[in-house]
This record gives sequence, structure tokens and C-alpha cells, in this order.
Amino acid sequence: MTKEKRHVISMLVEDQPGVLTRIAGMFARRGFNIDTITVGKTTKAGVSKMVITVIGDDQILEQVEKQVNKLIDTIKVMEMTEDKSIIRELCLIKVAISNKKAKDEILRYTKIYKTKIVDITPKTITAELIGDPDKIDSFIELMKQFGVKEVSRTGVTAVSRG
Amino acid sequence: MNGAHILIETLIKQGIDVTFGFPGGSVIPLFDAYLDYKGKIKNILVRHEQGAAHAAEGYARASGKPAVCIATSGPGACNLVTGIADAYMDSIPIIAFGGQVPTSLIGNDAFQETDMMGITLPITKHNYQVRTPNQMAPMIMKSFKIAVEGRPGPVYIDLPKDTMTGEVTEPIPTEVNIAGFQPTKMPNPIQIKKAAEAIAKSERPLLLIGQGVVISEASKELAELVSLTKIPVSTTFMAKGIFDETHPLSLGTVGMHGRKIANYATLKTDLLITIGCRFSDRITGNLKTYVENAKVIHADIDPAEIGKNVKIDIPIVGDAKEIITQLTAELKKLQTKEKTEWTKTIKHYKKYCDECVPIKEGKRIHPKTVMLELNKLMKPEDIVVTGVGQHQMFAGHFLRMRKPRTFISSGGAGTMGFGLPAAIGAKVAKPDVNVFLIDGDGSFQMTIQELGTIKEAGIKIIIMIMNNSYLGMVRQWLELFSDKRYSEVYLGTTPDFLKVADAYGLKGIRVAKKSELESAIKQAIKNDTTTILDIQIEEESNVLPMLLPGGNLKDAFGGCMAGPGKYFEG
Ligand SMILES: Cc1ncc(C[n+]2csc(CCOP(=O)(O)OP(=O)(O)O)c2C)c(N)n1
Ligand SMILES: [Mg+2]
Repeated sequence: MTKEKRHVISMLVEDQPGVLTRIAGMFARRGFNIDTITVGKTTKAGVSKMVITVIGDDQILEQVEKQVNKLIDTIKVMEMTEDKSIIRELCLIKVAISNKKAKDEILRYTKIYKTKIVDITPKTITAELIGDPDKIDSFIELMKQFGVKEVSRTGVTAVSRG
Repeated sequence: MNGAHILIETLIKQGIDVTFGFPGGSVIPLFDAYLDYKGKIKNILVRHEQGAAHAAEGYARASGKPAVCIATSGPGACNLVTGIADAYMDSIPIIAFGGQVPTSLIGNDAFQETDMMGITLPITKHNYQVRTPNQMAPMIMKSFKIAVEGRPGPVYIDLPKDTMTGEVTEPIPTEVNIAGFQPTKMPNPIQIKKAAEAIAKSERPLLLIGQGVVISEASKELAELVSLTKIPVSTTFMAKGIFDETHPLSLGTVGMHGRKIANYATLKTDLLITIGCRFSDRITGNLKTYVENAKVIHADIDPAEIGKNVKIDIPIVGDAKEIITQLTAELKKLQTKEKTEWTKTIKHYKKYCDECVPIKEGKRIHPKTVMLELNKLMKPEDIVVTGVGQHQMFAGHFLRMRKPRTFISSGGAGTMGFGLPAAIGAKVAKPDVNVFLIDGDGSFQMTIQELGTIKEAGIKIIIMIMNNSYLGMVRQWLELFSDKRYSEVYLGTTPDFLKVADAYGLKGIRVAKKSELESAIKQAIKNDTTTILDIQIEEESNVLPMLLPGGNLKDAFGGCMAGPGKYFEG
């Protein structure tokens, strides 16, 4: 058995009613855990793109890919490996401002992480961060010392390189 | 033309001339349309929708062709569910139609509205809800394609009432295309070569043949492969009959209640050549010790089955017939020779297995006696259908089936009540052969109402009730694993099955002694209506040998094994 890690799986699916239920249902039934899931339109009418991340070893990954492929609504399935793809997630994070010193420090970190400040009030700063999920994890971890009021993450999306 | 007429025309174009169904409000327009297609298609009116689904399964299993069942919305469609789930587990191509409330009422909790799309999602290969009359034909055409191609399976179609009464305005397509559905039929030649070389090199090869070979209609190709290589053949319960079980190289079925010679060969082989089998837990027992010292070739049309349960050395994805044909050709090139040492050993031990220890007959009849008698009286083309329980396993173990699709049983789901309706479907598919239903007194009562269908549709089968007054299989587990703490397994002596036969206008014969068996079966074959044989089976006989669930093959115990030791020596 290989090590458990995060796998990003990208698939093209028919844009049919219930397609999300079919895929999510299959994952649940077979005991695969969906970490994140995103769905969006493609340039082709009637075809959607779905990106799912799962945690598991290589054997789980192989089963996931094969079982997803078996669904009639699935047109194509690919694993998006880190070296061969661009993997991104968007995160909105609202952090509390307790005093001036905290505020300065938060702003300094948001600059280092190249986030965009999208809202600021006397008591909170909301930043938008786009990056791979590990980067987002580490930013959220960093903000915890100031008091994270709310986090909203979109889940992972990906395209292949080249 | 309205949607209902297009539905029927599409079925006829797909080769369907009989369906199994039961009416209700939502499907009135559909059954109405049947009146306009007399002579081209007919419906057999069942007595319960579960019967319709199992009858469709029986038809599909006996003929290899897809079959159709129909129910009304809500409770009607819900009653199909057991049969659909059964077909899903055993990869059987049925198309199940359920009525639905009109599209305008969907989601309103209207009378007899049930979310059948949700309910059937995890137990179908795919499902469709027809939203407009124009979708009717293409969706049905797609459903047949999906049900039959690749690894077969059931498809459910939800039919809102207005899609049947509404007019179809668009032309019917001649072909349909499903972007995401292109099963791999042709095997990779490199894998075939690797497999052939492994076979040539092996010393103790063993074939494990599953239902995939039945589905791809490759019994002739398999026989050729065996006659070339002389490799012994074990099969799964589901593939019983794919290879003539009276052939010297046939070892019969493997697994929990399989034949010892087949399980012995599995323990001893150095190369298991598996074709069209999914390595269910009832076959492998403990996965850690299963074929732990052998190489495994696994050929299947469903890539998701390869590596799912057992670690595979040589995977081959493709259609079984193609694979067997190409493998045989490759082996001819390699000029493989019979592994004489191995075949000698197998033949030596198989003799023990064939002779068996004699049965100790008590006051009532031993189940094995019935099977041996039936072996003598049935013709190779005749079909055996079973219920679920001890009687099913006795049939699987002792009957010698000689042709594919002659042994029909609920394998993956183990659905009690499958037998009678499935036997109806099998007889409708193959009217010219005898259909023997070997059923349990418990199983039979689960769908006993289909005797009405039998009578009214004029169907003649031979029903052999293995009457032991018990839910025998569960009783056996309680005896062996719960210290005989029998709880809720005694059925008693009701009903009087002869009176049941009489009430339905059928014939009945009670068989109380071994000596009456032969003449009773012969009489039932001769009778021109269905006959129920109420066979008084020993109440507490056990099906052996038995492999414990999750146990190691080598520890399978009991059974008809003369000869040394707990298992074969060595
Ligand atoms: C629908 C359903 N309910 C319960 C079971 C569990 N079960 C398996 S075998 C069996 C006993 C079957 O009794 P009978 O049909 O009389 O056959 P016997 O074992 O006595 O030959 C039961 C209850 C089942 N397989 N299917
Ligand atoms: Mg019984």
C-alpha cells in the first residue's frame, strides 16, 4: 500500500439533471471521501467540468478513477498531478482586528501571501487568496493567532500545463 | 403518434415481443397502446411487480437478450426495486419502466409520486426520466444500448404520464450515441501474449470461469481452449454450465459451497486464469490467503473489477470471447503441452469427489438424492431455476449442467422469492425446454402469488419444493455458529402445497419417500400443466462442504469427501 495523499481528479461529464448526485452518490457508496468538489460549464454545450479532490492511497485513486469512468454520464477522467497541472483554489477569509499592532501585522502577511484585501472595517479585514490548497491552509493557520471569524473556500479547480 | 405508441414501437424495434407488467393510473396510456399492437407484442400480467422484475430477469438470463418489466408509479415502481437490485448484482440486462406523475406535478408530493430516480440510482447501471414525448424513443434506445453493451446491467426509465399521452413531433433517430459509454471490447495484444507465455511456463494452471464468459456467449471458444491445453476448468456459481460439467476436466463450482476438487485445485494452482469473474467474497474467502502463492491472470470487460479485490499479475480488459479466441491462437503458436503431472493429480482426486460418501437416508428424503435423480432425468437443454437457501446450494453443488444459461439463480443478491417468477421468465424465453424450479418452502412463499400468472398465461413448469419446514440455510448457520440457538427459523408445515396447487388449478404430487421421486418427476414432466412436487426433505440436513465466511479455502470443512485427512493430503 502506498501513502495516503491528496489526489486531484478532473472529469468531463454530461450536463444532465442529477449528474452531481450520481457522482457524489457513487463516492459515498464506495466509501471514498470527497475532500472538495467544484463544477462549472465548459466551452462545449452540454458538457460540464468537475474537479474532485480525494484523500487516499494509489489503490483508492485507481478505484475512484475506474468507478467514475464507469458512470454513463462521465466522458473523460484524468488525474491532475502537481507537476503536470495548475491547481488553484480561492479562499475568502475574515480576520478580527483587535488592535493597531495586529492590524499592521495582518496587512504585512496579506502582502507576503499576495492576497487581495476585499473588505475592511474597524473590526475586520477580509482577504481574498488564490493559490494551491496548501498555501491556503498555511495562510489560514497563520491568521488563527489574530482570530479567524469566517472562512469560505471554493474547492479545487485545475487545468493541465502546456 | 403519442409517447406510449412510440414507446411500444421502439420496444418492438429493439426485438421485444413480450413484457412483464402490472397496471395502475400512471401507466394506463401505456397498456392502452398494447391494444393497438396485438400480435406484435404482448404483456404478461403478473400478480406483484416484484414478479415482473424477476420474470424479466429470468427471460434475460435464459435467452441472453434484454427483457422488459413495467409498473405504475409510487408503490408499483417500488415493488420493482428488489428485482432491479438483483439484476444489478448479477449484471442482468433488464429495462424497468415505472410510471410517474405528470411532469407538472413532479416534486409536489402528488398521489403515488415516489422519487424513483433517487431510489434506483445506486442499483442501476443508469436511469433516465423522460421529460418530453420527444425524448421517449432516444432514451429507450440509449437504455437498451447501456443495458446490453459492456458489462450488462439494469436500466430504469421513469415515465411521467404526460410523456405518454403527449404527441411526438420530432423524427425518431435511427441511432443513438452516448459520449461517455464506449466499453473496451478488443484486448491489448501485449497482455494476451504475456498471458499465453505465463500459461506455457506454468506447471499447474487452472481456469476460473465466471459469468462474463456466459454473457459473451463463448462456451464454444472455451471448449476449444480446454481441448487444446487440457487445463482443468473451475467455474463460479453464476457460470454453472458454461463448460460441460460431465467433462473429465470440469471441476465444477468454486467457493463457499463449491466442490472440494475445485477449491483444492485453487489451493494448488500456480497460475489462476480468471475470465469474466469478479472475485466475490463467496468465492475467495479470506483475501489475504486466497491464491497467495499463485500468479493471477484476470480478464474482464469491466476495468473497475481488475485489482478491486485480488492483486493481479496480468490484467486483460476486453470481451471474454475475443480474449479466449486470441489466447487460444497465441497458445497454438507457442505449442503448449498438457501439464500431465497436474492433470493426473487432478483426475486422481476428482475421482474421490465424484464418488462421494454415500448418503445416510433418514425417514425423509436427503436433498442430494433429489439432485442426483434430476441429473438422470433432465435433458442437456433443460433449465433449472432455484430459490435461495440450502436447496440452491445443493443444486449448485450436485447438479451437472451441460450448457450455458441452463442454471438460473440469484447469486450476488441472494433474493428469496426469485425462483418462481424467474422460472416464468425462463419458460417464456425457452418454451421448448423443460424448466425445473428447485425452490425452498420459505423462498417459494415469498412470490407464491405468481402461480396465478402461471395458470392464466398457460405456462408449464415443474416446481420442486424442497420442503424442510425450515428457513434451512439460516437454521444451518444457527446450528453451526450459534450453538443451535434456533430463533425465527421454523416455518412449520403450512401451507399444504397440494391444496395451493389445487386452488390455482394446477397439479400437485406429494413425494414422501425416495422411491416415489423418479415417477413423480416423470409425471410432472408429462403433465400438460404446471405441477408442484411437494418433496419432503430431511428437516435438518446441512449443505456441506462449507467455507466459513471470510475463512481460508484450506479450512473448508465437511462434505462428501472420501479419502484422507480434513482436506486432500499435502
Ligand atoms: C428476501 C430475503 N430475505 C431473507 C433472506 C435470508 N435467507 C437466506 S436463505 C434463507 C432461508 C431460505 O429458506 P428456504 O427457502 O426454505 O430454503 P432452505 O434453506 O430451507 O432450502 C433466508 C431467510 C434472503 N436471502 N432473502
Ligand atoms: Mg426450507
